[in-house]
Amino acid sequence: MLAHLASPRTGGLLALAAVIALLPLVLRNSYFYDVAVLVGLNAIVCIGLNLLIGYAGQISLGHAGFFGLGAYGSAILASRYGWPPLAALLATTFAVALLAFIVGRPILRLRGHYLAMATLGLGVIIFMVISTEDKFTGGPDGISVVPFRIGGFVLQGERIWYWVVGALLLVAVWLALNLIESPTGRALRALHSSEVGAEVVGINAAEHKLMVFVISAVFASVAGSLGAHYSGFVTPAKVAFLHSIELVTMVVFGGLASTFGAVVGAAVLTTLPQLLATFEDYEMMVFGAVMIGTMIFLPRGVVPSLARLFRSHRSADADNKANKA
Amino acid sequence: MSPQFVQYLLTGLTVGAIYALVALGFSIIFNASHVINFAQGEFVMIGGMATVSLVAVGLPYLLAIPLAIATAALVGLALEKFAVEPARDASVVTLIIITIGASMFLRGLAMLVWDKNLHALKPITGDKPIAIAGATILPQSVWVLGVTLAIVVALSWFFGRTLLGKAMLATSHNRLAAQLVGINVRMVLFLSFGLSAALGAIAGILIAPITTTSYDVGVMLGLKGFAAAILGGLGSGIGAVIGGLVLGIVETMSAGYLSSAYKDAIAFVIILVVLFFLPSGLFGKRGGERV
Repeated sequence: MLAHLASPRTGGLLALAAVIALLPLVLRNSYFYDVAVLVGLNAIVCIGLNLLIGYAGQISLGHAGFFGLGAYGSAILASRYGWPPLAALLATTFAVALLAFIVGRPILRLRGHYLAMATLGLGVIIFMVISTEDKFTGGPDGISVVPFRIGGFVLQGERIWYWVVGALLLVAVWLALNLIESPTGRALRALHSSEVGAEVVGINAAEHKLMVFVISAVFASVAGSLGAHYSGFVTPAKVAFLHSIELVTMVVFGGLASTFGAVVGAAVLTTLPQLLATFEDYEMMVFGAVMIGTMIFLPRGVVPSLARLFRSHRSADADNKANKA
Repeated sequence: MSPQFVQYLLTGLTVGAIYALVALGFSIIFNASHVINFAQGEFVMIGGMATVSLVAVGLPYLLAIPLAIATAALVGLALEKFAVEPARDASVVTLIIITIGASMFLRGLAMLVWDKNLHALKPITGDKPIAIAGATILPQSVWVLGVTLAIVVALSWFFGRTLLGKAMLATSHNRLAAQLVGINVRMVLFLSFGLSAALGAIAGILIAPITTTSYDVGVMLGLKGFAAAILGGLGSGIGAVIGGLVLGIVETMSAGYLSSAYKDAIAFVIILVVLFFLPSGLFGKRGGERV
């Protein structure tokens, strides 16, 4: 029973649920709720991105593109064409999944720096289309978005969104953990260590990489759509290269191949700029320094490094007890 | 050839020469360390901005330009020493994030040291256009092309004829073997950052009179230089030069004949198309994977 609880699939999920349930005790005003909602949305993107980078070992420097397509797809369909937001979200998600499926196959044939360049290029192209086609997207000025409504119920206000995003975050974590523990997850980890090796034992590397690429694009797109409805406004900044970099940094900061690491990374690096808001001119410098510092001193990311420390402490304790006995 | 075509060709060559210099910087560092230095664009910015402020305090170009190049080279050496060296054995993703972090750090620092405004630099020799075959070329463009050519010649001499250059080349082919024959590969890595920072700074100084400069010019120039290096094939010197020129010409032609709104997107469309058909670029090494 205890062992079952200690496994990340149940124990970790329960712990995360508890954090989400108890967090409102310290969230003093709607500003705090606002930051929490942003953390949740970024965390959903990062969980998907971590499946791709951390587990399948394929870097993407263009995921803000998928996030942006989700945001603008929902914004345009719901606000300009009056679609019901849920229908707009589903149609957008489907379109983004289809796009990822089509471009994923040739892109994922590339490796290392070439893959980084291709995903970066894809992201930049999406950014340029969005900031140029101002008839649909409002160009650099952005576009305002109607609130999310299902039937007669309107999702509005930070507090309601907090619970919606919190629930979706739990679903996202649950999906990711189940995927990782499935045969697919094992196949992904196998092709991470060696693609040729994985193919030799009968894993279709191309299919698996493509699948996880589509999944991560869908996570980003859904978070983008919801984020657009939540904030009521989207600008091309959300699609820019810099946002892609922020997402990758969150994943690596939290810890590659650690789903909870992705959540922690999103939480820390979404909150940090808020804390630095008073030193706005220093924000970029500090963010850069944090990125360099983490990579040098905690190359495995915060969560795996801490987990390791904790484990070695515990085993040291156990050794001490054994020695005394 | 119509005068318009010649005009686009000349403009494209000028821009392409700048991309080539940035791409050479990417290739030199990549060869020494297999690191893609995403801060390469910031050296371009430092070169331009440092020259602007040195000229503003009254220094002549003859002093300001070497000082600005030296500043960028020092920043490059510091970047290697304090950010890349401590994480030498880390994964590709880690190193990509470190250099991106460094680029944000340098950009943020530049914003504080200088400002957020656009700065113009006076052309090195006048701004009276020269007529060629019905088109015109700025004297500054002649400088860009001439200096780029001189640098390409100097680099091929450096890598082909000098001991240090050969040591760098040897390190790029096989790091371990180079170490075994007594090459100080850590020194090679250190110097490669200084050299490519200097190349970036030269590009930044040459282009500043034509396009103006500011604290954030490094982002797009860096990405385009990376695209040029990938187009030519990472690590290939001649590939970087050809990749840069091709990118500059195609970009200017398509901006002129097709759509100027998508000028900046074209480089990335070319890159995606090339990578889909030639996954190692035009001149890149094709190799198998070891298990």
